[in-house]
Amino acid sequence: MNAFLHPLLQIASPQLPPVSTAVYLLATVIKMLVVFGVYLVGVAMLTLAERKVSAWIQDRHGPNRVGPGGLLQPFADGLKNFMKEETYPSAANLPLFILAPALAFVPALLTWCVIPFASPLPTPWGLIDMVVAPLPVGYLFILAISSLGVYGIVIAGWSSNNKYALLGGLRSSAQMVSYEIAMGMSTIPVLLLSGNVALNDIVMQQAHGLWNVLTLSIAFMIFLVAAFAETNRLPFDLPEAESELVAGYHAEYSAMKFSLFFIAEYANMVTASALMVTLFFGGWDIPGQWDVAPWSVLKTFATGGFFAFKVLFFLFFFMWIRWTLPRFRYDQLMALGWKVMLPTSLGYIVVMASAILGLDAAGVARGSWMFGLSLLALNVVLVVILFFLIDRGRLISPAYSRLDKRNVDKLRAVSARSPLSAEGRN
Amino acid sequence: MAIGVKVLDRPIEQTSYIRATLKGMALTAKHLLNPQKVTTQYPEQKKALSPRWRGTHRMLTTEDGKAKCVACGLCPSICPANCIKLVPGEDEKGNRYPLVFEIDEFRCIFCGYCQEVCPEEAIHLGRHYENSEYSRQGFVYDLERLTAQTHPVSELWDPSDPKGE
Repeated sequence: MNAFLHPLLQIASPQLPPVSTAVYLLATVIKMLVVFGVYLVGVAMLTLAERKVSAWIQDRHGPNRVGPGGLLQPFADGLKNFMKEETYPSAANLPLFILAPALAFVPALLTWCVIPFASPLPTPWGLIDMVVAPLPVGYLFILAISSLGVYGIVIAGWSSNNKYALLGGLRSSAQMVSYEIAMGMSTIPVLLLSGNVALNDIVMQQAHGLWNVLTLSIAFMIFLVAAFAETNRLPFDLPEAESELVAGYHAEYSAMKFSLFFIAEYANMVTASALMVTLFFGGWDIPGQWDVAPWSVLKTFATGGFFAFKVLFFLFFFMWIRWTLPRFRYDQLMALGWKVMLPTSLGYIVVMASAILGLDAAGVARGSWMFGLSLLALNVVLVVILFFLIDRGRLISPAYSRLDKRNVDKLRAVSARSPLSAEGRN
Repeated sequence: MAIGVKVLDRPIEQTSYIRATLKGMALTAKHLLNPQKVTTQYPEQKKALSPRWRGTHRMLTTEDGKAKCVACGLCPSICPANCIKLVPGEDEKGNRYPLVFEIDEFRCIFCGYCQEVCPEEAIHLGRHYENSEYSRQGFVYDLERLTAQTHPVSELWDPSDPKGE
């Protein structure tokens, strides 16, 4: 009877003592199964969601034949990919060719391990953290693992022994290395505010003050753009650029191996969305009294649901951008990464560090309303500067340049002498 | 002036990326929420055919259910695709009728000459297009199959009423 009542009592109150090793192990296994089960099914459904969103944006219906409203389409696609023939190019480096899809997919899964997705769950055996692996170096782990994602793509491009695939792999290595720097730099202000690299602490810091998107808006924008580049999503999908490179790094892949690259793209999207939510949108935090102890089962489910909602919003945002923007040119991509995002993020670190130092010196307590609102005011000014002063043909170099009078005359003189122009007149 | 290389004088310092992106996203969002879809859900929904649509052939019959064809041989001779096979026969009263009348729908170019040339108004093109088969041989329609068709027949182009009013 007591064992039955205990969980009910916990909803009302107490914090329980730390869990034992056996409970910890069991809880971790259950969390792994549940999280990755939900994650993989979610990734499969995302392929359908992408097609549906693209269809709706283009005034079409999208897949609606398999199952109710097309819901079973991902399973039909999966079945199809399992049944298809795997082809291996005769000149490919087979061990690496087979390894590459796994290398592209695994880092996205690993990153997900350290992301807290709900408030701690109180159980009769103790308080259980709602994160698969509550690493104290969480953020550094993410930086380390997400850099590995590029290997899958580069190795796929190289081992295929195909010029288009190689070009795709080259592009992706240049792109991901460039944007990783801006991405890392953009999150320094987050660490300055939280004073810790553990993701749970970053979430709690936001739960007790304003969300980082308000106090660090520019950092969020830089992180957002870098996340698009890191996941190879439009407008940064140069590694696969079908109009130039056939299919880029996965041109030689077929059946389930191709499917794995496809899944990896969506897995990366989910992870990037979850990171954005955790670092800038308060993680599982619901504003109000949801983010403070005592914890309860209800709070765990509510915060988990809200976290999922935020992640889904960013996934939709990824798709929305994809079906709105055209692809960048390669020089625009490099110029944006090195000439705009890196200096901006470095400058932003200096500005935010000075602001935080100044507020500390002025005796404003961290986490107080005053502290948050001052940073918010500063960011509103910076966003206005970015939107209305810097964003005047300087962020992305345009596809044209104004020729001066002398060059126009020279061009015209050259074309007047050409034999083609004589035919053209007749 | 040589080949006119059009050099546009574009505003460089005024163009934006972020604000233009936001505008574009507003436009795509408008379409996303628009319930009006352009797709025709084909097997359930079909588009209306023009009365002049030239599709699968049909052989009209007399009241007693026999084909109106008198095996005059005009349609095989006018057919530009050479897809009509006609073997004429004659009964004891001297009436001509087709012993064999076959149209290869696969060769047919649906020009409508056979319908135009027919003196008995027997062979017609129809307002019908769903005629897939598992073999090429399946596309050779014999007299029995042509008379069994029930879809509406095509009204060919009328020179006195060129717009079909």
